[in-house]
Amino acid sequence: MIRAEWVKFRSVRGWVVAVVIAAVAIVGLAVDGGSQGSCYGNSCAQLTGPGGEAVSDSFYFVHQALTGNGAITVRVTSLTSAVRSARTGTQRVVVPWAKAGIILKASLTPGSAYAAIMVTGSQGVRLQDDFTGDIAGPAMRAGWLRLVRSPGSVITGYASADGTRWTRVGAVTLPGLPAILQGGLFTTSPQWTQTSLGVAAITGDASQSTAVFDHAALTWRGGTWTGTDVGGSPGGPAAGPATGYSRVGGTVTIVGSGDIAPATSGPSGLGVTPAQTLAGAFIALIILAVVGAMFMTAEYRHRLIRVTLAACPRRGRVLAAKVVVAGLVAFVAALAGTAVAVPAGERVLRSHGVYLPPLTALTETRMIVGTAAALAVCAVLAVAIGTVARRGAAAIAAVVALIAAPYVLTVSIPVLPLGAADWLMRVTPAAAFAVEQTTVQYPQVDDVYAPAYGYFPLAPWAGLAVLCAWTAVFLTLAAVTLNRRDA
Amino acid sequence: MRRAIRAEWAKAWSDPATPWLLAALIVLSVSVSGVTIGTARYSATLCPAAACGQDPARLSLAGVYLGQAVAALAGVLAIGGEYATGMIRVTLTAIPRRRRLLAAKALVLAGPVLAASALALGAATLTGVIVLPGHGFTVGHGYDLASWTTARAWCCATLYLTLVAVLGLGVAAAVRDSAVATGVALGLLYLFPIAASAIGDQGLQRRLEQIGPMSAGLDSQTTIDLHGLPLAPWAGLGVVALWAAGMFVLGGVLLRLRDA
Repeated sequence: MIRAEWVKFRSVRGWVVAVVIAAVAIVGLAVDGGSQGSCYGNSCAQLTGPGGEAVSDSFYFVHQALTGNGAITVRVTSLTSAVRSARTGTQRVVVPWAKAGIILKASLTPGSAYAAIMVTGSQGVRLQDDFTGDIAGPAMRAGWLRLVRSPGSVITGYASADGTRWTRVGAVTLPGLPAILQGGLFTTSPQWTQTSLGVAAITGDASQSTAVFDHAALTWRGGTWTGTDVGGSPGGPAAGPATGYSRVGGTVTIVGSGDIAPATSGPSGLGVTPAQTLAGAFIALIILAVVGAMFMTAEYRHRLIRVTLAACPRRGRVLAAKVVVAGLVAFVAALAGTAVAVPAGERVLRSHGVYLPPLTALTETRMIVGTAAALAVCAVLAVAIGTVARRGAAAIAAVVALIAAPYVLTVSIPVLPLGAADWLMRVTPAAAFAVEQTTVQYPQVDDVYAPAYGYFPLAPWAGLAVLCAWTAVFLTLAAVTLNRRDA
Repeated sequence: MRRAIRAEWAKAWSDPATPWLLAALIVLSVSVSGVTIGTARYSATLCPAAACGQDPARLSLAGVYLGQAVAALAGVLAIGGEYATGMIRVTLTAIPRRRRLLAAKALVLAGPVLAASALALGAATLTGVIVLPGHGFTVGHGYDLASWTTARAWCCATLYLTLVAVLGLGVAAAVRDSAVATGVALGLLYLFPIAASAIGDQGLQRRLEQIGPMSAGLDSQTTIDLHGLPLAPWAGLGVVALWAAGMFVLGGVLLRLRDA
């Protein structure tokens, strides 16, 4: 039975050519060049934090060397942010994750270990450490902050509205912290992004924040304060907003720009994910869906179905054989494409100076095999829909509306608003493309977490399960209608 | 010609798929537009003075992204269905002048698609004009929704859907199989933006956006930041018209040269 279906498939030259084109398209769009970056060799190696993840670490730091244990207490009287762009001039904005407060850092080298307590633009007081740690404190936009280093490299953060009644925000342990730290006041202000028309049009600019501190007390023996622009501005000194600090009497004003946070893949962060190497999967999806649907509808069109059913009257078996052949052919072709596309695409992107977050072998295998599996199940779904619809155009329209349209509207040409995009990627068969997910979403980083940037609302295998559920429903429907109806 | 049109009209409306397709075109376009209008919010922070970033007309017309798939399908089925059933031989026996037949088919297809698109997109645009000012897209923020540029966007979007249907007809006449034609037509529409987004070279990317039928057609619906567009609005619609005309002529030539 399976051999008969395989012979049928093989004997249609157009289908074989189409499947080969699908595999070639996956590879072709992966190695066509992609985006351009500015990291060549080691000249701009992406910063990594103590945990090995990609981070950004740039802020304005007014610091001195602090030996051993002690505490710093400051009062932040105001934190204001502004965005300056050539198009619209300077505007005051609320940057939710603008940060100002106290930081204790292992060294002035970007990416080194740290703990910091801060007020933020709209997220209240936060105690953060080593880029990924984030503990929420009271919801204040200004006020008193205290950071204490105790024996055993334990750093405790406190906050207070009036300077007398203190709330303990939390404590973090930073193993391997050196005896001499750089400690002091800091201000930073991440990229400000606004999206329109879904995420198809994104406008964003570097923001700058100004924090005023009017009280700074140390239990350490006081040294002299030095101002350092840690990490520098991302685009060099000329490109970024002016940063610096000034001191009038007991009041210190610090202007900073940048972020101390894990790097995300959205437009405010790296702007690139390894999933971009699989852009061609969409073309393969359309081709494989068309071939899958025609594998069944062509039988009806040429009345071959009568011969097929005469040769094998057990109709369920005919359907099963078609499903096996279509699924296997699609899987092998797609796997051949993705297995070349992902490593080759990553190499091309890296050779163009684009930084890609490091991937484990397991994640990469999941991307390669998962995408091939998703395409194969899509082909099976197309066979099932083709059996139900019996007419080629109707079947393909249904497949396109169910799988391709949600994928296009949320990933390829993301015009839908974020809420609608997330919803589509949960309930439609296109959810299966969550197998391409390689990124982590951090609540303490403001970015556009959209499917278009590799942030899918479902876990990879859950997404594939949604597609399989759709396929199971349509296969059942196909088996029932095939048995019930005259051919 | 009049007889050919009357014959095609009778055939089109005796096919139960026709009213369903037009209904799907209206429902899908209006619902995508409705969701987009409902979730769009003006953000006063980056552009408090002038209209920028979000284009209210394009937000209202977001349904075109999905509606075009139905329009293309309607075009494909207008002739593809005849090849599937063998009806095409009867048709050509009745109307042997093949160019006349294809022209009649195009007219019978374009009329209802134009009317359905105008209705659906008119409703979407009107909803946008009424609802979006409540979401911050006000005259005070530099958006003038009730203007002739909004009417132009609606007009261009309606013509765009009609041209996409004609393009589908041309492709189906050329490949003679509705399934393949649907794949080709949708591939043609969605391929250019995807290829453009995957290509790094800015110049090549812009060129692909200029010649791609979908990106050029969507440019024609823009009402703000016109100088930043790859193509001026009417030029964008012209590119779509060239694609539709090209496919239509190709289909006509092949229909004339080949046996049915």
